[in-house]
Amino acid sequence: MKIRSSAFASLILILEAVGVALFLGGFLPASVKSSRPSKSTLDLPPEPLSGGSHNSSHIPQPLFNRVVIMLIDGMRQDVVFGANGRKNMPYTRHLVERGSTLSYVARAKFPTVTMPRIKALTSGSIPGFIDVVMNLNSPALLEDNLIWQAKTAGKKMIFYGDRTWLHLFPKHFMEYDGTICFVSDHTEVDNNVTRHLDGTLKRDDWDILILHYLGLDQIGHSGGAHSPWIQPKLLEMDDILKKIHSSLISKEAEGSLPYLLILCADHGTAETGSHGGSSDLEVNTPLVLISPAFKRKDGMESPVKIEQVDVAATLSLSLGLPIPKNSVGRVIASVFDEASLRDQLRFLHLNSHQLSSLLKDNIPDYEKEEGFEQYRVAEKAHGSWMKRYLDGNPPEVLANMGKKVLKQYSEALSSMSSVLSRQQGQYDMYSMSAGIVFVIQLLLLLLLAMPEALSSSAAVDLPVVSALLSLPFYLLCLLLASVHVLLCTSTESACYICSLSWALVFAAIAFTAAMSLVLLSMMTRRLPLGLKLYGKPSLKTSDWSLSDLDLFLLVGTAGHTLSLGSSSFIEEEHQTWYFLLSTLCLAVFQDVCRKYFREKRGQGSEEQEEFALPLKDKPKGETDSDKWLSLATPLFVLLCCRLLRSLNQTGTQWAHLSDVGHWLNRAEHQVVLSLLSALCLVFIYFLIQRRCSLVSKVALALGLLGVYSYRAAVGNVLFPWQHSGRSMSKGTLEARFVYVFVLGILFTGTKDLLRSQIVTADAKLKNRALWEIYSGLVLLISLLFRPHNLPVLCCSLLIQSVMAQFIWKKLHYDAAQTTIMHYWFGQAFFFFQGNSNNISTVDISVWMIGLDNYVKGPAIFLTVLSTYAGPLLWACHLICYLISERNRSPVTVGHGCYCLAVLRSVPAAAYMVLVTGLRYNTFIWSVFSPKLLYEAMHLLLTAAICLIFNTVEQSRTSVAP
Amino acid sequence: MWDHEIRAMASTHAIIAASMLAATVVPAIVVPGFSVYDTHLLWIYSVSGAVSAVSVAIFWLLGISPPTRKHTLGYKLSRLFRSCLYFFLSCLFFHTVVVLYGAPLIDSALETFSLAVLLSSLTTLRCLCMLGPNVQAWIRVFSRHGAMSVWDTCLQITVTLTVLGVWVGAFPIPLDWNSPWQAWPISCSLGAMLGYLTGLVVAPAWIHYHRKQLTYKCK
Repeated sequence: MKIRSSAFASLILILEAVGVALFLGGFLPASVKSSRPSKSTLDLPPEPLSGGSHNSSHIPQPLFNRVVIMLIDGMRQDVVFGANGRKNMPYTRHLVERGSTLSYVARAKFPTVTMPRIKALTSGSIPGFIDVVMNLNSPALLEDNLIWQAKTAGKKMIFYGDRTWLHLFPKHFMEYDGTICFVSDHTEVDNNVTRHLDGTLKRDDWDILILHYLGLDQIGHSGGAHSPWIQPKLLEMDDILKKIHSSLISKEAEGSLPYLLILCADHGTAETGSHGGSSDLEVNTPLVLISPAFKRKDGMESPVKIEQVDVAATLSLSLGLPIPKNSVGRVIASVFDEASLRDQLRFLHLNSHQLSSLLKDNIPDYEKEEGFEQYRVAEKAHGSWMKRYLDGNPPEVLANMGKKVLKQYSEALSSMSSVLSRQQGQYDMYSMSAGIVFVIQLLLLLLLAMPEALSSSAAVDLPVVSALLSLPFYLLCLLLASVHVLLCTSTESACYICSLSWALVFAAIAFTAAMSLVLLSMMTRRLPLGLKLYGKPSLKTSDWSLSDLDLFLLVGTAGHTLSLGSSSFIEEEHQTWYFLLSTLCLAVFQDVCRKYFREKRGQGSEEQEEFALPLKDKPKGETDSDKWLSLATPLFVLLCCRLLRSLNQTGTQWAHLSDVGHWLNRAEHQVVLSLLSALCLVFIYFLIQRRCSLVSKVALALGLLGVYSYRAAVGNVLFPWQHSGRSMSKGTLEARFVYVFVLGILFTGTKDLLRSQIVTADAKLKNRALWEIYSGLVLLISLLFRPHNLPVLCCSLLIQSVMAQFIWKKLHYDAAQTTIMHYWFGQAFFFFQGNSNNISTVDISVWMIGLDNYVKGPAIFLTVLSTYAGPLLWACHLICYLISERNRSPVTVGHGCYCLAVLRSVPAAAYMVLVTGLRYNTFIWSVFSPKLLYEAMHLLLTAAICLIFNTVEQSRTSVAP
Repeated sequence: MWDHEIRAMASTHAIIAASMLAATVVPAIVVPGFSVYDTHLLWIYSVSGAVSAVSVAIFWLLGISPPTRKHTLGYKLSRLFRSCLYFFLSCLFFHTVVVLYGAPLIDSALETFSLAVLLSSLTTLRCLCMLGPNVQAWIRVFSRHGAMSVWDTCLQITVTLTVLGVWVGAFPIPLDWNSPWQAWPISCSLGAMLGYLTGLVVAPAWIHYHRKQLTYKCK
């Protein structure tokens, strides 16, 4: 089967998008969520009472008065409970052995990284990554959680320690001091917490005090789990605990409720000192509850194993607060041992009710679940117990019966909790590897087809039919299907692929099998060819040897792909692109010098270009000014890029630095901003009107005017003749005015395009139609861009036109080179406009441009368009440019499309493999996962662009006969 | 073939490398509080100064620079003046390029300029010593097949490796290791010096191993 390069490329990209979706389905664990809106007060179930009227629906009285939570980042359970516990933390160990304490080993869920663990401790849920994406711009914890409940109940809270808490719970604390850690510091960071202690402990105006010590984790990161600093740090922590404990004892008054001091950790530490994985050392954390309310111990008991998520439920109930709705934990029954039997039953009842409603919301046939049935039975027994209790039955009967109910409840709780926990918190490796295999196969196919796709015929011959009719295909299908069935029936945890419909899965299996056979036959076909070509330095086609520029383009692409393995390079990816782009400009400059100086005096070189410049006094006839312009273009582009990169600081490390964008957006510089954006709009008009028809020109001018008036209406810029006391509007009318022109231009463009495709096959008309569509897109983007970003748009158009005019056409760069350059520029412009690989930089305010209320479709479309404006504009320019260059070589469009597909698939596929390898990395949620979403989205967009390529190229075949 | 030149080149390079080492060690003994990271600019200038002085002296003694047609004092002075001017221009040029690559424009201008001075003394000064203030000769040498002697090849190699060193030296800047050598411009200047030292070692070795293949057009 022979298909054109562009069709082949778009097909591959679309299928890759499917593969990526499969991967994402397995990679992003879905979270168990209550269907009720987060942070609404739950109506509590009444206390069950069989036969009688409904009882009170209150939570029993709190057990504790003041709570101090001392969280030590990265503390392993064996430092307290292990053999060396006496030496490490003498006082704590003494309390554990002899004091009135309860000690547990709390198992943390994956990933063992601070932020998700804090969420687990406070909300009892296991946060999925998708939650992070859902609350785009706010890092705050939007779910129901303990801290929020306490705040709503009017408790006064104080927090000292890791700043993450302040991001998660903004404005929740009465008093706070957030610390951040520097890699080598582990004393100062803890002293900053401890220095507040003395004053705070003396006071009486707080209810909950939370301390988060980072020092131990820091030592682990820098020196490993056996660093000599660990011992003194643990002793320091022990002293602090002693200080808090004695102060709490001295404050204790007769008659009031007792205090509670909690020593816990967010996660453990592996032997190497790092954490994030799911080894026993990392997931097991100590939990020590100290309160006079507990029984005094008389010897070391081995600590009970619980889940970390149980803490939230237990703490909520013991403070008289409702359990956070999404909590999957169950209360630790031993904490309530000293409470009355009625209260104990009530606590377990509340917990079971909360879990059962969570079960109802998340599992379709929840009634068949064992835990749910047990809960029903227990609730009934509870009701009859209550009846007897109110009737005044003798205490022994009540105690015996109550014990039974308690047991029923805890059985129900444990089975419900385990069902819920199974739903989440695990990577679904089957779906992930299926996705990866899928994408890698496609990538290999794409790369193997390179010699054919970039040949002068630009068509790929895929031996699909022979593969489909062969016996190995059916055998492979059978094998894969049986593997699928085996995996799906054997795994306990939820699996994305297994939840898909059978038809879909079978289609995927058949496709994979077919593809492996196609790959195999392509490989065998390549093999003798490769041997024949061996020894020649050619990579792509036999008559094309690599120049310096090609080498640089390839090395740059490969280097960028490799850099994705490091979290800081992802955070600062813009630096990579800016760096590559600057070097590209210099390399192009060198090429230009070579071209113009070859005849006369050899070539200039990168380092000596300045000295090469004054040399051109000698006239070269008619091309002299052209030569000058060509020479100046790369330098001009370099200058533009330098100016643009100071417009928006992005990334992580230097994001706080002031940039021109901030300066422009200040109120006192509004005049400058207005002038700048007006100037940019005028420039934009002059840059794109050249190739449009007259009607479109007028529409464009009016549209750009509309853009300015929209910005004036929403108050970003000044209108010269406006009144001072003007009211702020949403600018809906102005924006819609622009939309009308955008649609008009796009409509005429599309109409002309269709006519040129179907009716006349007129190359000129087609060219104009494409440029018209392009200018419509520019108009739309200029509406969506914030005014301070208009220079980005303006510069991108300027660079496109000068590069096309003086470099790409003059130096006869082939389609592959032009495509790679376009792609690099597109990537750099993605960051120039202020984006980063962090979800929080997505400008979601664009959805309200011209819309009165949130409509999902247009909102998503506009957001994606404005976020990916840079890559999109450059890709569209690539289409227009290649089409207009088609008279030079008819296959350029196909080549360009194919190169674009390769450029996009290589990093996407490599990144999926990298993410899978790094899934236990500390930065997996904060850095790698957002980048994965960006990659997936970009892949989807590129697939769409390749489809456009494909449609535009279509007419070639229709004209040819 | 070229044995004499290669030996001369190797010894010259050894002397230059030794001067760089001395420029690091001597201030460390003499100046109190000298360290490569903390007083980085001082180190840069000491190395640049040492390399410049030694290169000028050696190439003047060896007499590799093209024979001057006139021996009048005025001509020599004008050559000297032009060399200084070119050196200064090259400092400005490197500064501009580094700023275009993203170095802060105002904040650490001194650091950037020091890096430019270092680069100029490692590359431009060598060109000045070997080729004189003759731009056409420079363009000839740095075009693809323009080398006309082993010294030209040597110049190509060292200059390319130095520039490559700076380029590679910029890679670790975005990493979040908080190491002292990630501060601007330490990694770049270290990269430049390492590249230059590599060039000093590689150039004679490469020419030695390729001495059979090397052919040069006559002027």
